Amino acid sequence: MRSGGGSPSVNRLPGGVIAALAAPAIVFLAGFYAWPVVALVRRAVTANSARTTLHDGALRDVLWFTTWQAALSTLLTLAVGLVPAWVLSRYEFVGRRWVTALVIVPFVLPTVVVGAAFLALLPDSLDQSVAAILIAHVFFNIAVVVRGVGGLWEQLPGDLVAAARTLGAGPVRAMREITLPLLAPAIAASASVVFLFTFTSFGVVRILGGPAHPTIEVEIWQRATRLGQIGVAAVVSIAQLVVLGLAVLWFARIQSRRRHAFGLRPLDERSHPRGARQRAVVATTCAAIVIAICTPLGALFERSTRASGGTHSLTAWRAVFGNEQATLNRPSAASSLDPSASLFTSLRFMVIATVISVIVGGCVSLAIAALGRGGQLLDTGVMLPLGTSAVTIGFGLIVAFSTSPIDWRAAPLMIPLGHALVATPFVVRVVLPTLRAIDPRLRDAAATLGAAPTRAWREIDLRVIRGPLLTGAGFAAAISLGEFGATTFLTRQGRATLPIAIEQLLGRPGVLLRAEGYVLATVLAALTFAVIAVVEFARGARRA
Amino acid sequence: MLEVREVSVAFAGRAVLDHVSLTLADGEVVALLGPSGSGKSTLLRVIAGLIPADSGDVMLDGTSLANVPTHRRSIGMVFQDEQLFPHRTVAENIEFGLRMRRWAKVDRTRRVVELLELIGLPDFGARRVTELSGGEAKRVALARTLAPSPRVVLLDEPLTGLDRDLHDQLAAETAAVLRAAGTTALHVTHDRDEGATVADRIVALDQLGITR
Repeated sequence: MRSGGGSPSVNRLPGGVIAALAAPAIVFLAGFYAWPVVALVRRAVTANSARTTLHDGALRDVLWFTTWQAALSTLLTLAVGLVPAWVLSRYEFVGRRWVTALVIVPFVLPTVVVGAAFLALLPDSLDQSVAAILIAHVFFNIAVVVRGVGGLWEQLPGDLVAAARTLGAGPVRAMREITLPLLAPAIAASASVVFLFTFTSFGVVRILGGPAHPTIEVEIWQRATRLGQIGVAAVVSIAQLVVLGLAVLWFARIQSRRRHAFGLRPLDERSHPRGARQRAVVATTCAAIVIAICTPLGALFERSTRASGGTHSLTAWRAVFGNEQATLNRPSAASSLDPSASLFTSLRFMVIATVISVIVGGCVSLAIAALGRGGQLLDTGVMLPLGTSAVTIGFGLIVAFSTSPIDWRAAPLMIPLGHALVATPFVVRVVLPTLRAIDPRLRDAAATLGAAPTRAWREIDLRVIRGPLLTGAGFAAAISLGEFGATTFLTRQGRATLPIAIEQLLGRPGVLLRAEGYVLATVLAALTFAVIAVVEFARGARRA
Repeated sequence: MLEVREVSVAFAGRAVLDHVSLTLADGEVVALLGPSGSGKSTLLRVIAGLIPADSGDVMLDGTSLANVPTHRRSIGMVFQDEQLFPHRTVAENIEFGLRMRRWAKVDRTRRVVELLELIGLPDFGARRVTELSGGEAKRVALARTLAPSPRVVLLDEPLTGLDRDLHDQLAAETAAVLRAAGTTALHVTHDRDEGATVADRIVALDQLGITR
């Protein structure tokens, strides 16, 4: 039961308070999401470009490539991810928690860092190849499968398979007849998420794919910023938005129908591996996970220290961070890009974006929870940016604010605003479940003890969201640090964030400039780890 | 004839079964008594081949089962919490073991009807197993195990979690169904009365092992 759902209206939070809580989100979304989308639609319609777009053979090729690479990435991720999902969800062993945490690492890394890591790792022959893109996609998304499928797998009673075995099913047959059908909802869910991510892949493809392998996202960016085909880019953006929106809606419906289909009990006990064979399987899987995840990150660092002639030195690190003052005053000769400044730009934008998304997301979560069932529309509205690709968000903002009287596209605030738009849904998704989990009888109890609805709400709801808000803030900070798709449209000279600077440096000739790119990628990876580690640590401390 | 010979199992260095031996004659129903945590379930799992024994052997009609995987042993098992397959109907659950043995569709259907009648749930074939009551689920689990006529049936506290009246009724029914099937059965329980109702012979687990 939702809060307020069944209680008489006099016991509910006053409408004015709810409206005040919802207002920032509504204004924010209307101004920076809905209006940009409308602006894109207008560009798409008025430019008479719909017809041109339909007959554009190059675009058809891009759509075909985007689809099959996403499908193949999804299949490969499932194939690679199911074994670790099984080992980590069914067995108990020393170090299981560490390996589980390690699997999540690639997923929290910024896409640009993942791209850079594989650029560093893979031989030049694989540079700018489809294989490189696929490998990076698998690396990035393996956590989705391990978490999604493993989360259900650890709830499947192991005795279901044992029962099938005693009835005469061999191991393969039991897997096909019992385990896989029961895991199907989680497999389908994970596959959909991976497909969505790889279909809208941008950062990884920009760095690894080169001009020969554009996905739809890269194509939108290229047409809009490089070729000046704003109309065509708008048509493609809107078409993609509609298709993705429908896909997400369909997916959400399937999920809600499937939930509670089987009466599974929470968490069956994990067993210790028994016998040499099980131990070998567990050990091999864990070793493979550790190697697969640490090697690209190690390569990233190694390349940051590589100097010309195959030697290693800290020249690039010194060029970026040594004598800060000098660097600030003297941007690299080859460009107007200042590597160390991008670090501070990123940190500044991170703070602003985090503050905005925590305030907007926190308030709107409180409003949605207080509205009970009526909050569904608001909930869906807040989630819309999540179903929209970052490129579309950045492109929309540029188009919407490029004409007088509101020519804000060069305003520095646009970048953190874009980041906040991407991050707010995550804050809501972290905070809202906690609010919804509050037993409404708690508020009833407070009321019978003499607390007015507002007072009860302050004493109960406002108390419980502090922890989740902190977690949400951590996610928002990590998202802002790594955001690339929207930023790529909004960035201006002298205002490059870390991901932008990394992408530019890695695309330049010259060992030192590339090494500087790897330095920044290493720094960005470390910063993201630090943020996530603080969040996890705080969460652990709260539980204890 | 089922023979358990000197079976030992240790978990993380702690001995759960210590040189346990036990023999069941053909068609004999034996109740194995012991407090919870005494290794009764572990013994059943070793017999079924779900857990390897650290030492000792399980023989069926004079042949060692050491290298026979669970699905080729023809040893059925009724699990403590039924473990009915939640994505399949009652009939499909009962039919499962018959499909594994490649029975023809007509024969399977006939056998399922026969078993549904035996457990007193003739119209339940099309039901989802998630909609069954506790007693119904336990009956279906018994029917599923008996359907392929295994050489031995193992029952792992199959009647726990029922209220007293239903428990006693089901104990009597189980006894009757096992007799009707004429199968060799090892019934694990912590309830002496239940053991007396179901079995021809009662043995206590702590008498089976050789104490050090």
